[in-house]
Amino acid sequence: MQARIVLYALPLAGFIALAVWLAMGLGMDPRNVPSALIDKPAPDFTLPGLDGAGEGFGTADLRAPANEDVVVVNVFASWCIPCRAEHPYLMRWAEDGVTIYGINYRDKPDDARNWLAQLGNPYKRIGVDANARVSIDWGVYGVPETFIVDRSGHIRFKQVGPITTPDLARAFREKIAAARQ
Amino acid sequence: MRALLFALLFLALPAVAVEPEEILDDPALEARARAISKDLRCLVCQNQSIDDSNAELARDLRVLVRERLVAGDSDQQVVEFVVARYGDFVLLNPPVKPHTWLLWFGPVIILILAASGVALYVGRRARPIGIEAEPLTAEERARINAVLRDKDKP
Amino acid sequence: MIAEIGHYGLVLALLLATVQSTLPLAGAARGHPGWMALGPAAALGQLIFLGLAFAALTWAYVVSDFSVANVAQNSHSAKPLLYKITGVWGNHEGSMLLWVLILALFGAAVALFGGNLPETLRVRVLAVQGMVGFGFLLFILFTSNPFDRLAMPPADGRGLNPLLQDPGLAFHPPFLYLGYVGFSTAFSFAVAALIEGRVTAAWARWVRPWTLAAWSFLTIGIALGSWWAYYELGWGGWWYWDPVENASFLPWLAGTALLHSAIVVEKRDTLKSWTVLLAIFAFSLSLIGTFLVRSGVLTSVHAFAQDPERGLFILVLLIIAIGGSLALYAVRAPTLRSTAVFAPISREGALLVNNLLLATACATVFLGTLYPLFLEALTDEKVSVGPPYFNATFLPIIAPALVAMAIGPLLAWKRGDLGRAMSRLWIAGLAALGVAVLSYVAAGGDGILAALGMGLAGWLFMGAMVELAERIKLFRAPLGESLSRARGLPRAAWGMTVAHAGVAVVAAGVTASGAWKTESIQAMRAGDSVEVAGYTFTFEGVKTVPGPNYRAERGTFTVTRDGRPVAVLTPEKRFYPVAQRDTTEAAIHTTWLADLYAVISEPGADGAWSTRIYHNPLVPWIWIGVIVMGLGGALSLTDRRHRVGAPRRTRAEAGAAAPAQA
Repeated sequence: MQARIVLYALPLAGFIALAVWLAMGLGMDPRNVPSALIDKPAPDFTLPGLDGAGEGFGTADLRAPANEDVVVVNVFASWCIPCRAEHPYLMRWAEDGVTIYGINYRDKPDDARNWLAQLGNPYKRIGVDANARVSIDWGVYGVPETFIVDRSGHIRFKQVGPITTPDLARAFREKIAAARQ
Repeated sequence: MRALLFALLFLALPAVAVEPEEILDDPALEARARAISKDLRCLVCQNQSIDDSNAELARDLRVLVRERLVAGDSDQQVVEFVVARYGDFVLLNPPVKPHTWLLWFGPVIILILAASGVALYVGRRARPIGIEAEPLTAEERARINAVLRDKDKP
Repeated sequence: MIAEIGHYGLVLALLLATVQSTLPLAGAARGHPGWMALGPAAALGQLIFLGLAFAALTWAYVVSDFSVANVAQNSHSAKPLLYKITGVWGNHEGSMLLWVLILALFGAAVALFGGNLPETLRVRVLAVQGMVGFGFLLFILFTSNPFDRLAMPPADGRGLNPLLQDPGLAFHPPFLYLGYVGFSTAFSFAVAALIEGRVTAAWARWVRPWTLAAWSFLTIGIALGSWWAYYELGWGGWWYWDPVENASFLPWLAGTALLHSAIVVEKRDTLKSWTVLLAIFAFSLSLIGTFLVRSGVLTSVHAFAQDPERGLFILVLLIIAIGGSLALYAVRAPTLRSTAVFAPISREGALLVNNLLLATACATVFLGTLYPLFLEALTDEKVSVGPPYFNATFLPIIAPALVAMAIGPLLAWKRGDLGRAMSRLWIAGLAALGVAVLSYVAAGGDGILAALGMGLAGWLFMGAMVELAERIKLFRAPLGESLSRARGLPRAAWGMTVAHAGVAVVAAGVTASGAWKTESIQAMRAGDSVEVAGYTFTFEGVKTVPGPNYRAERGTFTVTRDGRPVAVLTPEKRFYPVAQRDTTEAAIHTTWLADLYAVISEPGADGAWSTRIYHNPLVPWIWIGVIVMGLGGALSLTDRRHRVGAPRRTRAEAGAAAPAQA
């Protein structure tokens, strides 16, 4: 008889487990896909510079000896509206001495130059990825995306979507600090 | 399917997907490209394959798949190339790995459990159960007698 | 003012739902007829007030009252009247209103046509309906009120997504909801039976017509959505195992199992607790589907106005409704025992196999649909579960069910004779073999599995015919006797034969369209032709045509076969200025054996248009088969045994009554 009672309570138990999962699901963002490149070396690439904004960059520029510090790689485009909201944070970090490289994604050079003239240039160097091929090597699937690369040239973190709130910015700075360890 | 309605607001435009200029001249290679593309998820559109999507990224990936094939990669190598960049998430046919064991073996486990449950149920009931019934208690017998007596009355 | 009346109607309906779910229940427990009588009255009142609310919202759409936020966000004054009306349920708030309206419709139907139910059962069923209505009315009033006003009405609305401005879609949601929500009645019967602690053959007979009705609607509703996706999205496919599609398929699978297990309860007085559980599951899966679609926990092609806060509210409703009913089940179900003998080789045995396979299939689709969510919650890993998974798991489970489907009806209740059944099915076996070989050869030796699938469809179809022939003793008795037997056959038997034959037709369509589709993508200039599956498609060029609220580029293809004209196809690409969006209108010519399907997409820089042409074999059979299935359900629904309230008449009585009328 005991076994029977347990048997009939099984659907309820199963549903309780399901409800817990569903509740956890509410807090998750199904659009946020984790990077496959975390803790892997940054891909091999070289990107040409944006005319009038200095030369481009490549894999070797990201790690020692070219850079003794952790670097941030930000994928942006002038047509990307969330990038505009993120831009002030990048400017502030650049002032704080964070090294930021920019990958200009599928953009028109004129638009990109106007953007930098209007909003300021937080980037140490900018690489132009007109056909998005290098961005695919980085596993980029939307703009903006922001990577943290450590001294050895390994990708440590990827932020998908814009950093637009103080909380997000603080969290990202903590990731930079962690990568410096 | 209900949301077919509301849906498609932001993401899925009517599919135009594979464009004529993307198509390879070699039909065998093109067929392989199509087959590979159908099992790769378009990340931007979330639940479409890159073969079905007209998103830019999907198009880039379709072209990339074809380039790799032309360069002589095997199907496996092409898929690994994309997975190396975007992770297992792009595979619409999830690989059998420890974290998908439950997914792949779940249906078999469910079927076995359910079938043994059914077998147990039928096995116990293949014969009338009444034979094993407990004998009546004295009280029950008295009540039955009382009922039968009532019935006999005119 | 009209919108306020609608809002008021919602509030009154909520009050009535409160009454309906409490006092009559107490009345039933204490045997208080006055309190019990409140139940049916409240159910009817709820329908009236929700009908009023729905009419008010429809009115606001028809007259384009943009001071109502919902109208401003989802309608536009330049929209054709049909789409103003269908736009009412083309958005979250309006569709929820339709949801509760249909719930009230089923409640009122139980109140009106449930006259033959024992009064306490009817009242308890209505009380459970009332509770569900109460929860969802609260949800609407607190999180999704369609009657909210705007302080500053815009000059015009934002318009309805052009993809949704389509006649096919006008009827998809109402049918789907009639199915989804219709299962609430089965659920209410199950919970009421648990409250009473009694499941009888009579209970099964009462619950069956409601389940049949919901099942028929859901079948048609799913097919309508699929059909719409087929011709409107222009990708030549009709099912993608998308989470939102699965959300409607899961209750269908559970409901199909329920239909069959309820027969066992009725005829053999066994499988009671399982049937009650299925009734709870069918509606629970509808509710879970509602949650999945509206909360944003899963990603789907059919992205939705997603809102975690609404998701949380629905989740709480789920926990109360499903958790509550399953808790009641845990307490009461152990007492629902039956002592009937159950032989494995028998009609009930076959129905049990049907249930085993359908339940496993349902669990598999459920697992695949929710697995990404489970995995991420537990491990932070992301995984995609797409069509390849579902095809690999669902099809092997459902194929044996199709095999068994032909055999089961030929087995007798209590003790069947498998050998005899099989020997009668020789003609179905022959048909299976013939169809398989024929389609294998016709496809040029391509796709052995698909050929087997076709054979399976042939087996099932002939199996259904054999069963019918057996019943009416076709060829074994004089034709006259067979005809009179056919007339005398219960409608439910006809319904089963028709529905099973419909499944066979669908199976053939699904198999053939999946395996032998031809696709051709090319850039074409006026005058170019292309050969697809033996048909020659000649592109005659594109011209611009105005529409009521769009501008269309209409391409023209003339299709010929061996020089003889077959059809003229005019696919369109439409631009809707209000939404600033394009839609594709596929042009389809059906030969009933295949669809010729053409889409135009973009003009290239050199003036050539990208065109895609498909030859989709047997796709029309999917739609035909589904309609046949729905008809089977409807036919079965008209069976005298199900006719609620009608006394059972014997043939002698019917004969005696006729002259009296003359």
